[in-house]
Amino acid sequence: MTVMSYLGAIGAAQREAMEADERVVIIGEDVEANVYGTTGGSGKSRADKGDFLQMFGSNRIRNTPISEEVIVGAAIGAAMTGLRPIVDLSYSSFLYMAMDQFVNQAAKNRYMFGGQASLPVVFRSAMFYGLNTGAHHSDRPYPMFMNVPGLKIVVPSSPYDAKGLLRTAVDTDDPVLTFEACTLWGSKGEVPEEEYSIPFGQARTVREGTDVTVVAISSAVPEAVAAAEQLAEEGISVEVIDPRTLVPLDTAAIVESVSRTGRLVVADPAHRTCSAAAEISAIVAEEAFGSLLAPIVRVTTPDTQIPFSPALEKQLYPNRSYIGDAVRRVTGERVSVPPTPEGVDDALSTQAPR
Amino acid sequence: MTPTPNPGPDFGPGLAEVFGPQQQDGGPELVQLLTPEGERRHHDDFDLDFSAEQLRGFYRDMVLVRRLDTEATALQRHGELGIWAQLLGQEAAQIGCGRALRPQDYVFPTYREHGVAWCKGVDPLDLLGLFRGVDHGRWDPRENNFHLYTIVIGAQALHATGYAMGVQRDGAVGTGDPERDTAVVAHFGDGASSQGDVNEAFIFAASYQAPVVFFCQNNQWAISEPIERQSRIPLYQRALGFGFPGVRVDGNDVLATYAVAQAALQRAREGSGPTLVEAYTYRMGAHTTTDDPTRYRVDDDVEHWKLKDPIARLEVYLRRNGLIDDDFQATLKQEADDLGHRLREGCKALPDPAPSAMFDHVYAEETPELRAQREGYAAYLGSFEEAGR
Ligand SMILES: Cc1ncc(C[n+]2csc(CCOP(=O)(O)OP(=O)(O)O)c2C)c(N)n1
Repeated sequence: MTVMSYLGAIGAAQREAMEADERVVIIGEDVEANVYGTTGGSGKSRADKGDFLQMFGSNRIRNTPISEEVIVGAAIGAAMTGLRPIVDLSYSSFLYMAMDQFVNQAAKNRYMFGGQASLPVVFRSAMFYGLNTGAHHSDRPYPMFMNVPGLKIVVPSSPYDAKGLLRTAVDTDDPVLTFEACTLWGSKGEVPEEEYSIPFGQARTVREGTDVTVVAISSAVPEAVAAAEQLAEEGISVEVIDPRTLVPLDTAAIVESVSRTGRLVVADPAHRTCSAAAEISAIVAEEAFGSLLAPIVRVTTPDTQIPFSPALEKQLYPNRSYIGDAVRRVTGERVSVPPTPEGVDDALSTQAPR
Repeated sequence: MTPTPNPGPDFGPGLAEVFGPQQQDGGPELVQLLTPEGERRHHDDFDLDFSAEQLRGFYRDMVLVRRLDTEATALQRHGELGIWAQLLGQEAAQIGCGRALRPQDYVFPTYREHGVAWCKGVDPLDLLGLFRGVDHGRWDPRENNFHLYTIVIGAQALHATGYAMGVQRDGAVGTGDPERDTAVVAHFGDGASSQGDVNEAFIFAASYQAPVVFFCQNNQWAISEPIERQSRIPLYQRALGFGFPGVRVDGNDVLATYAVAQAALQRAREGSGPTLVEAYTYRMGAHTTTDDPTRYRVDDDVEHWKLKDPIARLEVYLRRNGLIDDDFQATLKQEADDLGHRLREGCKALPDPAPSAMFDHVYAEETPELRAQREGYAAYLGSFEEAGR
C-alpha cells in the first residue's frame, strides 16, 4: 500500500493502463502540458517526473483543437477501430457541447449497428463545484447521463476507488463516463502498489451502522462519514454506502442495508429533480417499502443555478450538517437548532486553469 | 507489455515554415500603420488621418485599461476576486476595436474584453463585481450595448449572429442614417475558432449577410495550446471559404486595428454582410490567474513580443511628434493612480449577495417546486435567528 491523492490515483491508473495496453490513448484539451494534473510531469523536469508525452509520444497522447464535439466523436470513431481512448474533457460542464455524440452516437452505436460496433472509450470529466468557479464550471451532470441507456456512469469518492474504477473503465467494452469531484482532488488515501481493478456495480460500505442507511455520492461520501461520526456521539448508528458506479447500480447492497436499518437518507450533490438520489429513493420505495420505518429523505442541491459567490455557493451542496439533520429527522429526533450550514469551509481550492 | 517509446507522427511544419519566417510576425498581409518602433506606415486599403486628440485618447485608454488589468490581477492575488482573465498585451486590439464602435453597435464579448467594456462605458468596478462573484448582471447590456461575459468557448458567436439577424429584421441596416445603422461584434479567441459554434455562426452570417463583425484576437495561445494546434492556415484566410472577407491586422497596433475595425463595422452597417478580422497579438500574461504558463511556453517568445508592446510604440510616436509631454504623462499617471485606488477600495466594499439570491433568476415565473425550496431554505436560515445565533 502507498498513500496517494485522488488526482494522483487517476494519473497512476492512466499510466498503468497506457503501459499495459498499447491501444490505450489519451486525447483532450491541454493534456500534453498536464494542465489538469493527471498526465505526468510539467515544465523542464518533464521526463524525470513521468511526463506522458515523453513516455508515450504524440501517437498516444494528444492535445486537440478546442472542439468538444469532435473530441468525443473522434474518440468514438477511434474506439470503433479498436483503440481504447481515454478522453479528458476537463470540465463536466462542457460535456453538453458534445451531447449528440454522447447520446445518439456513443450510447446507441452498438445497438444501431446490430451489435457490431464496440465502443471501449472512457470520457473523464472533472466537476468543479464547491470551488467558486461559477455556473459554467460547476455542473454535476451524472444524473442526466444515467438517463441514457448504453452509457456506464462512474462517480469515485476516494483515491482507491478512483484508481480501480478507472482501470475497469478502460478495460470495459462499453462507453464509460467518469465524473471526478475536484473538491476531492487533494484527498489522500491508501492505494495498492500493484495493479488492480474494481468491478462496476459493487457498492462500498464505507461505515457500518444499524439505525439509518446513508447512501452518499461523490463528495457527499466524506461528508456523510463526518456526519456519521458526529451522530455516533449522539447515539445514532449510521451506515454509509457509496454506490461508486451509478450505472450499473448495486441495488442489492442498498436494499439489503435499508432492510436492516429501516431508514434511508440519500446525499447527492446533483440538482434535486431527477437526481441520482431520486432514482435510488424510488428503487428503495419499490423494493424495500416493507422495511421502511420513516419516509426517505434526499439531501441534494436545490434546483438553482450555481452561484459564483463563495458566500452563496458553500451553502448549497450536501454537507455534514445537512446530512446530520436529515438523519435526525428520519430517526424522529426534532431538529430544533440545525448546526451552522458551513461544513464545506475546508474545501480545497484548486489551481486548474479556467 | 513494456511500452515501446513511440515518438508518434510528425504533425508537419509549424506556421512559420509553411508561410515563411515572416509569418511569425504576422506575415506580409498584416495590416500595420504603426511599427513596433513607432514609425508611421501607410496602407493602401486601410489608412486614416488621426487627429492628435484621437491619438492621445488611444494612448490614455490603453494606459488606463492596463492599469485596470494590473489592479484586478493584484486583487485576485489578495483573494478579493475569484479569478481574473488578464488582457495584458491585447490593449491595442481591444481599444482599437472598441473605439471604432458607434453607440448603437452591439458587442458580444468573451471573458477578456475589459478594454472593449471600457470603451463602451461599462464601469470597471462592475467587471470586478462579476469576477468577485457578487452579481452576474452588474451592467445593463442594453444601456451600454455591451453584452455580459461568456465563458463557454465560442457560444457568443452564435448569439451575435442571431442578434445581427434581428437588427437586420428591424431594418437598422443600410438606411444611410449614421445613427441608426447598426453593426454587431462577436469577440472570440484563436482557440474558439475550432469550435463548431463559431464555424456555424460564420455560415449563418454569410447566408443571411448579417451585419456582424467576427473579431478574433489571435493571442497565439488557448491555455496551453499554441495556434498551430487550431489552424494550419492564417485564421483570416478561413473567411474566404465561408464567403466573406477576412483581414489580418496587427493587433498590437491601435491605429491599424481601429482602421480595420472601422471598415469592417461600416461594411456591416451598410448591409454588405460579415467580415472576419484577425487581430494578431499575444497573450503576455497567464491564461487566467489560475494558470501557470511556464508549464508550456518559453520565455523567448514572451521576450520577442515584449518588443512589440502596443503602448510603448504609440508612446514613442507621440513623443517623437511632440504630441505628448511630461505634463500629459504626469496627469495620466495621476488618473491611473486614482483609478487604481477607486478599484481597490470599491472592490473590497462590494457586499456579498443576500443568501436567497441563489434562488433568483432561474425562471421568469418561478415554479412552485423552486418556491418551496426557497421558502424551506429561508425557514432554515430563520431558525438560526430564532435560536439567537
Ligand atoms: C466549450 C469550452 N471548452 C473548454 C473551455 C475551457 N477553456 C477556457 S478558456 C480556453 C481557451 C480559449 O482560448 P482562445 O479562444 O484562444 O481565447 P483566449 O483565452 O486565448 O483569449 C479553454 C479551452 C471552455 N471555457 N469552454
